[in-house]
Amino acid sequence: MAAVELNEGAAPAADGEHGVRRRDFINIAAVSAAGVGGVALLYPLITQMNPSADVLALAQIDVDVSAIETGQAIKTTWRKQPIFIRHLTAAEIAAANAVDTGSLRDPQTLAERTKEGKPQWLITLGVCTHLGCVPLGAAEGENRGDFGGYFCPCHGSHYDTAARIRKGPAPRNLEVPDYEFLSDTAVRIG
Amino acid sequence: MSFPWAEQYRPKHPFMRWMDDRLPLPRLVYNSVGGGYPVPRNLNHFWNFGVLAGLALVIQIVTGIVLAMHYNANADTAFASTEHIMRNVNSGWFLRYLHANGASFFFVVTYIHIFRGLYYGSYKAPREMVWMLGLVIFLLMMATAFMGYVLPWGQMSFWGAKVITGLFGAIPVIGEPIQTWLVGGYAPDQATLTRFFSLHYLLPFVIAGVIILHIWALHIPGSGNPTGVDVKTPQDTVPFHPYYTAKDGFGAGLALVFLAILVFFLPNYLGHADNYIPANPLSTPAHIVPEWYFWPFYAILRAFTVDFILPAKLWGVLAMFSSILLLFFLPWLDKSPVRSGSYRPRFRQFFWILCVDVVVLGYCGGSPAEEPFVMVSQVATIYYFAHFLIILPILSMVEKTLPLPASISESVLHGEEAEAAPLGDATPAKA
Repeated sequence: MAAVELNEGAAPAADGEHGVRRRDFINIAAVSAAGVGGVALLYPLITQMNPSADVLALAQIDVDVSAIETGQAIKTTWRKQPIFIRHLTAAEIAAANAVDTGSLRDPQTLAERTKEGKPQWLITLGVCTHLGCVPLGAAEGENRGDFGGYFCPCHGSHYDTAARIRKGPAPRNLEVPDYEFLSDTAVRIG
Repeated sequence: MSFPWAEQYRPKHPFMRWMDDRLPLPRLVYNSVGGGYPVPRNLNHFWNFGVLAGLALVIQIVTGIVLAMHYNANADTAFASTEHIMRNVNSGWFLRYLHANGASFFFVVTYIHIFRGLYYGSYKAPREMVWMLGLVIFLLMMATAFMGYVLPWGQMSFWGAKVITGLFGAIPVIGEPIQTWLVGGYAPDQATLTRFFSLHYLLPFVIAGVIILHIWALHIPGSGNPTGVDVKTPQDTVPFHPYYTAKDGFGAGLALVFLAILVFFLPNYLGHADNYIPANPLSTPAHIVPEWYFWPFYAILRAFTVDFILPAKLWGVLAMFSSILLLFFLPWLDKSPVRSGSYRPRFRQFFWILCVDVVVLGYCGGSPAEEPFVMVSQVATIYYFAHFLIILPILSMVEKTLPLPASISESVLHGEEAEAAPLGDATPAKA
């Protein structure tokens, strides 16, 4: 600061034209500080629209799967979205394993989509990866599509018994959420 | 609009010229708050408060819109949704405290703005419309603030709604039907809450509209100034930008520091603990008072305790509304040709007595309705009305005012003190 003042006093006319004046510094510093403050104020205004603490608190559920018979599936909800928990039959597992993964749109094996030692438990989000409808096939008597898994009636996406996309517009397989088996019959999703 | 020497808007960039021929919005901004609006060069920091009030409205609208994304205007869930904002919503505590204290901030700067006008005679010709539109804004602000305070649906919200709508019950014959109509029932409930939320969302935009008229009316004669002397030559003015944008920016920075201290360190200092108790129609809080910015008017309301021809209740309500409506007539009650209080020594003394009087009224309004506060507010109420109805008209006839400076620029060059001294004993300008 002192140097700038000195500068100003020593050669006012010559430096006024080209040099940086004290006033320029104050102007830039003040406007920058106001700008940074204004931008910082955007943070709470934007982040308030993110999921609130009570929504995040619902992000984990425990499910008892002991009542699901082989060949059956249940629907439950997690983060306000449907979850399909399907107890695959041996035939369905075999059908899923028989597919050449290289021919798939979203190559994944059944083993990659289930937990080790529990290939019969297929747990996926019930949200079509095309535009978010709930596919059919979890409940008794619903259309399971051409590949015996799930069928989305909105735009005709067919999923196989590993819930992989096989036909139709959906880009990816049905999403597998993070989950773990707490025991043979208790699953914690989230 | 404005003075003949105002800078003309001359866009250099071809796109800006193209725009100017089709939608001259940049020209409007330039002529309103840019280099094209010449402003008296001698404004002091009391002239910051109009811009600060505008800033406060922006803060209220922005935080309010955001809060409305999380608030639930339902008598069963309103209180819980307010707590949800405080505890669950990301940064919700900050946004709500900013909105609640922002209301107080808005009133602080508006009261200073109003008293600036009272001292410097800003209500006088040719700015009567500016003054009256300002009072309309003030009334709208009070309605908005009141309805906003009801929304959290705590004890103070509920009983505030009950008491304030009860004011209308004082009107003879049609009073009670009006009160029932206002709250949509016999006591504040769901219907009241939903309509208050709707209006609380609407009125700030009405305020913004009236502010545009307020500024439009102001820009016809141009801003006043501390000497009250009209602008005469280009030497008397400087362009709004950069001179007053910089000065207002500095003032805004300081004001925001005060607001930040309130929001971050004393967020509930101006509130009432009772409002953190959910509304209970069966139990009135022991000490029920409105927010601080209503206290002077609340004191006037409670100052009437004896039936005299009309019931005391009606007198109180009439007096309270008159205390503001009276100000609409101020330009014709104070006919002194000298605008600024700086050149009116007697007026100045009474002005400061009025300030003290309003503070005393405010103090009484925030105190319990018992002696000595009732008696003090009666005296202060009498003085309040006497100031405007008796003292100002008499003063404007008998007061010997000080000689005015020949022009704003002369006053600036010679120093206000020398200019304000009576003719003859003016000490020469010091430098």
